[in-house]
Amino acid sequence: MFITSLKRIVRTGFVNFWRNGFLSFAAVVVITLSLCAFGGLIFGSAFGRALLTNVKDKVDVNVYFTLTAQESDILAVVQDIKKLPEVASTTYMSSDQVLANFKTKWQDNAYMMQGLDEIGSNPFPAMLTIKAKDPGQYAGIAHFLQTKNPQDASGIPLIEKVNYEQNKLVIDRLGRIIPAAEKAGSIIALILILVAVIVVWNTIRLIIFTERDEISVMKLVGASNTYIRGPLVVSGIMYGLVSAVITLIVMAVFSYWSTALIFRFAGIQIAADFSTVVNIFSQYFAQNFGQIFIIIIGAGIILGGVSSYIAARKYLKV
Amino acid sequence: MIYYDKVSKIYPDDSVALDNVSFGIEPKEFVTIVGHSGAGKTTLMKMLIAEDFPTQGSVFFESTNVHRLSKKDTTNLRRRIGTVFQDYRLIPNKTIYENIAFAMEATGRSDHEIAADVPHVLELVNLSHKIWNFPKELSGGERQRVAIARAIVTQPDIIVADEPTGNLDPTNTFEIIRILQKINELGTTVLLTTHNKGVVDTVKGRVITMEKGKIIRDDKDGKYVL
Repeated sequence: MFITSLKRIVRTGFVNFWRNGFLSFAAVVVITLSLCAFGGLIFGSAFGRALLTNVKDKVDVNVYFTLTAQESDILAVVQDIKKLPEVASTTYMSSDQVLANFKTKWQDNAYMMQGLDEIGSNPFPAMLTIKAKDPGQYAGIAHFLQTKNPQDASGIPLIEKVNYEQNKLVIDRLGRIIPAAEKAGSIIALILILVAVIVVWNTIRLIIFTERDEISVMKLVGASNTYIRGPLVVSGIMYGLVSAVITLIVMAVFSYWSTALIFRFAGIQIAADFSTVVNIFSQYFAQNFGQIFIIIIGAGIILGGVSSYIAARKYLKV
Repeated sequence: MIYYDKVSKIYPDDSVALDNVSFGIEPKEFVTIVGHSGAGKTTLMKMLIAEDFPTQGSVFFESTNVHRLSKKDTTNLRRRIGTVFQDYRLIPNKTIYENIAFAMEATGRSDHEIAADVPHVLELVNLSHKIWNFPKELSGGERQRVAIARAIVTQPDIIVADEPTGNLDPTNTFEIIRILQKINELGTTVLLTTHNKGVVDTVKGRVITMEKGKIIRDDKDGKYVL
């Protein structure tokens, strides 16, 4: 009995989806648009996160040590800095390494090499590049270095200069912009989702409104609520499923062409500067396909099915 | 079998649809209710299938008060009453076969029974050739015959037909009444409302005459008097 009813409900749902032609088409269009908004949010947040990571990665603070400082003293300071909880990573370059780098970089430039020879000794100080876990933490690190002001045995400061002050403006702004961007992103996402849900809910309500006479006839013929509502919910789920599949195809196509699109709109130079961002969509889509698939299909089914279930209630009271 | 006990229906705007109406219907009777539009005929019918509720009084089907039933029991009650409406009320996106099969599916009949009974009942109303058509492809008379087929296919105890001939020409009207009479002869109680004199004269059964929500005549072998 239960199996027979279920079979009939599913079959009727399918048949109604097909026969309602235009209404089903309209519902699929609306739900697809809403799901595309979901998909856009998924891509948008992935893009935003990649962009922020990229920008965060470009920010750092350099510490230049004095030329007279002993390597052992310097390494002791580096160890202290590494211990700070705010520090994500450090890269240390001794003055010899800096010199070697300089030489490789300018080896073809005779003037530069000549100038270096005239100085005679190594003019480059040892250098430590510090990356904080969060842009807001650079101030703390800079402050730590200034107050500690490490000195060698004879009382001469080890640190020549910390370039935090030059980068302060950029760092401060990033520290403010990043949390604000994240917050705005989630608010926009919430509003978009809310709008999508309301639009889908209203469309399905309209479709069921057009069927209210049939629903009351079915009631008067002696059909139970489950038996009337079942096919409506099945149709609703069908709208969601079809829309979800279309949305996934749209997302796949978009992510496939996204690299070319970014190059076209952002220009090759910017795109190259943010190299990790360029392939973000195709990579993200491929890597998280399982998750995206479940979110989109799930959202489609829930939107269609639950909306139908609730919308039918009003007309089942006969 | 059916008993209306001092039933009154007053709508919120103080219009009185039924005013203290009492009468009973015996099994296998063919009862015709006549009256002008607005006399309360349709309200009377709606009371029986619990589509509308009385302001006062009660309606009994056998010994149960139909307005005290749970949702589930109301559904079960409706399965024992076949309903035919003036505007046919077929489901537009179902074929004739599916419209009739739906009533059987709703009562939980097996696919086997449905496949056997639907063609049979369509034969009874002489519509076998339209079995795969949709309602919009049928004439008014044909649609009403489908509606009757739907009402009788579940073998109900009573057929309630509310102005079934209201939208039909005389030939179709006569045919519908003839079908209802045939159903009655086969042992099903029929409750019919009409304002058509010809219908009443053809039926020649018990006639209840209503006016302004009251029963003014109840004749065992009635004729149309208004």
